[in-house]
Amino acid sequence: MTQSLPESFAEFGEARQKGFLRVKEIKEQGGKVAGVFCTFTPLEILDTAGITPVSLCGMSDETIPAAEAHLPKNLCPLIKSSYGFAVSDKCPYTYFSDLIVGETTCDGKKKMYELLGKLKDTYILHLPQGIAGDDALEFWTRELRRFITYLEDRFQVRLTDAALRQAARVRNEERAARLELMELQALTPPPAFGYDIYKTLEGLGFCFDRQEAIDKVRSLTAQLRADYDAGKRPVSPHAKRILVTGCPIGGVLDKTVRALEEKGGVAVCFENCSGIKAMHQMVDTEAEDIVQAIARRYLSIGCAVMTPDSRRMALLKELLQTFRVDGVVEIDLQACTPYCVESFWIRQAAEAAGVPYLALETDYSQADGGQLSTRLEAFLEILE
Amino acid sequence: MNYYIGIDIGSTCAKTVVLDENKTLLLHLVQPTGWSSVDTALAIQRELREAGFDPEQLPCVATGYGRISVPFADKTVTEITCHGRGAALLHGGEELTVIDIGGQDTKIIRVEGGMVKDFVMNDKCSAGTGRFLEVMANTLALRPDALCDLARRGGGTSISSMCTVFAESEVISLIGRGEKKENIAYAVVDSIVKKVASQARRLEGSPGRVCLTGGLCSCAYVRDALSIELRTEVAACPEGRYAGALGAALSAFSIRGKNV
Repeated sequence: MTQSLPESFAEFGEARQKGFLRVKEIKEQGGKVAGVFCTFTPLEILDTAGITPVSLCGMSDETIPAAEAHLPKNLCPLIKSSYGFAVSDKCPYTYFSDLIVGETTCDGKKKMYELLGKLKDTYILHLPQGIAGDDALEFWTRELRRFITYLEDRFQVRLTDAALRQAARVRNEERAARLELMELQALTPPPAFGYDIYKTLEGLGFCFDRQEAIDKVRSLTAQLRADYDAGKRPVSPHAKRILVTGCPIGGVLDKTVRALEEKGGVAVCFENCSGIKAMHQMVDTEAEDIVQAIARRYLSIGCAVMTPDSRRMALLKELLQTFRVDGVVEIDLQACTPYCVESFWIRQAAEAAGVPYLALETDYSQADGGQLSTRLEAFLEILE
Repeated sequence: MNYYIGIDIGSTCAKTVVLDENKTLLLHLVQPTGWSSVDTALAIQRELREAGFDPEQLPCVATGYGRISVPFADKTVTEITCHGRGAALLHGGEELTVIDIGGQDTKIIRVEGGMVKDFVMNDKCSAGTGRFLEVMANTLALRPDALCDLARRGGGTSISSMCTVFAESEVISLIGRGEKKENIAYAVVDSIVKKVASQARRLEGSPGRVCLTGGLCSCAYVRDALSIELRTEVAACPEGRYAGALGAALSAFSIRGKNV
């Protein structure tokens, strides 16, 4: 199904593998690397310190047995996989990391970071548990300042406001470029399959030159747009338009999103981590206090670790309209308490908007591929 | 007269029905699925031909987990859609909640105006499915239907483990303790009923009528226990195990070019 799509899609898909060599080069040239896990990590602060952030989120079940030597079986596969890569030395990114940056997001990750701290230098940023009131912003801003001081001492660098502003401008530009690509999918029919869009967004994280990443995503967007205007229609106009929400899905993409698109649906919008949720807010680079502006930007991410998670509900409502969504598919990872519980509200929100809703709970194994695909197919039959 | 064939290749049994254009049930067949869905499909083809309904000549839809292994089917539809539509044909009503306790999964399906509106299923676990019952019946050296009948006479015992493997050990220790067979049978059915009922409550909103389909619908005690647990009468009829096949046959009505 990728035949008629621009070749650069494949390039993004391979970015994760190719990135290994780039990271090695960065290290050989004396650069520093920070392993990160979450969209709450304040990237512009790492950029300013001259540290290259790289995502360590585990996406394969290969390392789960190694992780289960220390972690309970009934724990989120992303946490187990990530820890397994670190403990079994199988991930070059973890290996090359000078520092791991984690946040107090979900309980599973929080406690896993304690164990990870035994293997790697790990810095934990404390997130507030909710976003209401000024206290949360003050608390998180203080955390970011503490982080800046830590980096300055540890790596003997100076993070000036001017440099932070500049880093935020670049990150904002990248966010805007990613959004432009995602927003193309609002067209009917969308110009690409969601699977390819997702792989592209994921691959961008393994491109370590920000300007290069921005240029690449812009040229892909321009090409998709040009192909579309020239009449190319890789997706059927009858394909049911699905909004995907829930947990990070890098590790389950094939048995969920690909299966959905093979059965005749199309993922027009990803609300989850690598999608719009953490990309649509910009840092106010002209704000008087740039650190607070960065803090404000990250705090507005609608993640289920926050209580209540009103931002996610508000965004969802907006996206259902913008992308003319026919159905909502929530993909949750097994034992992810925040998202599995919050699915109650998402179902309610979808129903209130008159949009059918399907929740899938899965892990990184292949055992439930058939069941998931039947459910997705049945869901598409409902939408007929 | 036009005829329509529906074939439901489930994980345990394969069910086949033929409907006429008035949706009257003319023929129903059931056989064990065995290890090869394709062989089962070919055996069904032979039986249908002997009865005078050639699936190559008539509109035919396959469903169930083995649906892709029916070479002569005109199209496939998922068992979720088929069970919903089949149950609506059997039980009627504008709004219907269908509980299908299948061999490897349990589905709760909400049907409105004959069409599926929503569904929930068990996640990667055999608790509350036909498989759970089968394993326990095996441990008690009973046939599944005999276990259900026996359960009515028991009480006072429960199985707390939701995992089939651990629940089996629990049953074995109950046997070892000298617990009466009917009490253990009661505990087994009670465990399934509670799990299925809590799943059914996930589909909120007015349930309309509630009906039971799938292999367990002929077990009167399961239906009675579910009625008590859900505080509403659960309907069931002997054709309930054919709901998936009936739904498939109904889906065959939209296939053009075979009947004239």
